[in-house]
Amino acid sequence: MLEIVNLHASIDNKVILNGINLKINPGEVHAIMGPNGSGKSTLSNVIAGHDGYDIISGDILFDGESVLNFPPEKRAHLGLFLSFQYPVEIPGITVSNFIRTALNEIRKAKGEESLGASPMLKLMREKMKVLEMDKGFLSRSLNEGFSGGEKKRNEIFQMAMLEPKMAILDETDSGLDIDALRVVANGVNALRSDRNAFIVITHYQRLLDYIIPDFVHVLFNGKIVKSGGKELAIELEKRGYDWIKKEQK
Amino acid sequence: MRLRRKLFIVSDNDKIIDEVTSSDYKYGFSTEIDSDTIEPGLSEDVIRQISLKKDEPQWMTDWRLDAYKVWKEMDEPDWANVSYSKPDFQNISYYSAVKKKQYDSLDEVDPELLKTFEKLGISLDEQKRLSGVAMDIVVDSVSVATTFKKTLKEKGIIFCSMSEAIKEHPELVKKHLGTVIPKSDNYYAALNSAVFTDGSFCYIPNGVRCPMELSTYFRINEAGTGQFERTLLIADKGSYVSYLEGCTAPQRDENQLHAAVVELIAMDDSEIKYSTVQNWFPGDSNGKGGVFNFVTKRGICETQAKISWTQVETGSAVTWKYPSCILKGDNSIGEFYSVALTNNFQQADTGTKMLHLGSNTKSTIISKGISAGKSHNSYRGLVRMGPRAKNARNFSQCDSLLMGDKCGAHTFPYIEVKNSTAKTEHEATTSKIGEDQIFYCQQRGLNPEAAIALIVNGYCKDVLNQLPMEFAVEAQKLLAISLEGSVG
Repeated sequence: MLEIVNLHASIDNKVILNGINLKINPGEVHAIMGPNGSGKSTLSNVIAGHDGYDIISGDILFDGESVLNFPPEKRAHLGLFLSFQYPVEIPGITVSNFIRTALNEIRKAKGEESLGASPMLKLMREKMKVLEMDKGFLSRSLNEGFSGGEKKRNEIFQMAMLEPKMAILDETDSGLDIDALRVVANGVNALRSDRNAFIVITHYQRLLDYIIPDFVHVLFNGKIVKSGGKELAIELEKRGYDWIKKEQK
Repeated sequence: MRLRRKLFIVSDNDKIIDEVTSSDYKYGFSTEIDSDTIEPGLSEDVIRQISLKKDEPQWMTDWRLDAYKVWKEMDEPDWANVSYSKPDFQNISYYSAVKKKQYDSLDEVDPELLKTFEKLGISLDEQKRLSGVAMDIVVDSVSVATTFKKTLKEKGIIFCSMSEAIKEHPELVKKHLGTVIPKSDNYYAALNSAVFTDGSFCYIPNGVRCPMELSTYFRINEAGTGQFERTLLIADKGSYVSYLEGCTAPQRDENQLHAAVVELIAMDDSEIKYSTVQNWFPGDSNGKGGVFNFVTKRGICETQAKISWTQVETGSAVTWKYPSCILKGDNSIGEFYSVALTNNFQQADTGTKMLHLGSNTKSTIISKGISAGKSHNSYRGLVRMGPRAKNARNFSQCDSLLMGDKCGAHTFPYIEVKNSTAKTEHEATTSKIGEDQIFYCQQRGLNPEAAIALIVNGYCKDVLNQLPMEFAVEAQKLLAISLEGSVG
């Protein structure tokens, strides 16, 4: 579904990604862990198409097609979703308005008819129930005055509405308390199927107790330096990243 | 009222933005003018001729002449934060019953203009009227207008052109004309008083609630938009009226200078809602051409009366406009909600004056400026609490949104407080549309123009919510269209 081939990327002439290779098949969940500054957020931004980075070499293939020259919205139309580490505020635009606009933009790009107000609302209510969200949420301004946890929950809510093929969760667990973490993880698990895939970026093993990954990768200095199964995350939790750093020297 | 909020949704973004290829104001008409015109220049003679051609009574002629004398002694103001070459007042023709070019069908109209209409969702009939297609074939509109007239008449509401009012209701005009904006008020108001050609007159009788937005009628009837429009609106005790002026559709005009005067009189316990959407030709992307819009708008509130101004300004090369409220009566309320958008080389200096005279008077000012291109956008507002304004309150919020790094936003708030129990609050913010906001929207499937339209609409929501619903939807689209091509 998603294939990253020897990807090198830089920002302001500083190389951040230094040859990433990653292949993700439908139905898989990949966790990416790594110390601060290892390039995790850069990787998710580059996959989503943020134009602040220079791609030096390599490729990103989505369903076999290179998306490097696609603007972010086109990648979204293909079914790529990024749950932001720091979701932005858009004052004056309600959550429901925003999601409706987004969903219909994507449907339009796919040649589908836009969804009317009442089926849309019904769908929103269903998804909100899974995420244990209050109905009042819909009429609040997007992310304005939201707590950290509310923002993250809102990201997962949008993901549930947009039903992407490939979702990247960038530190969705940061800022969540243990109850919210469980709810959000349940939301993600409810969406898992053999037709979609997830990249879960996290610092902590904790989230992976709830969202069980098929693969765990360690990102260090812009490279995947170690890959393994779920047990790798547990080992990292125990031993920290220092042994990996040492191995690299 | 709640409904309006719900409907306030940018679901049409796709429709507006996607078809768009260019942000130019394209309506390139070459208008052949067929008119009955007085020689250019201004003198007592010319004013007498105007009055004569309009078949006015002597008192009106004298009133105009008086205004002319005042105007002659005045200097054109230059305190506004705008620069333009001053019009040559001796080179303007002050009476011109211009007949706009007429077409036989929409097929003859510039397709670009029709595209704009479509984007704005304007009905076919209205498209015909706006683009100057002969209207006598549109039976529907005429009959609708007739129905409206009948309804208004039953309620005792007078709604007609100013010329008609001068003839048919001289006692009302004589009593109120120039009472809120005296002839000597300012340079352009004096000029308008001397030479105004037409405009609208409206009177709502005691205790009557006007059953319709007065635009609906207005837009079908088009009571003559002129270079020097004069509007007088009187709400008698306990009455209510909502009045819409202007149009979201681009307005073409041969006249470069517009100096309108609008006077509102809200008697005890009455309420006037006055909404404007202004979209005069702003000049091309190099700043050439474009309308100068120098307007004086003011209302007076008697005891417990309320006047609410809402404006969405996207047009004109130069705008100079301060809809104001004189809060004379105790417990009266003044409101000002404004969105002013400037792009390319447009300049806007706009705001309001809230003059608190009575006790317990309240005013609210919400101003949202949006600057793009190389434009300059200024908010200028005065809040004055007079010595008798016990417990008066004002809240002002002036926000500026900048797009790109070549435009300017300026805020000039003036506050004068002469009563120690009065309170004023002023909040101001300046922000830029963040790249992170656009990226976020793009990640959710919106293209950059749709993203900007969404963000701008959110930013203006507090003002747009004040507009009557169908106007709000059009205004929302208008903002998106006005910002086309300003991304990146």
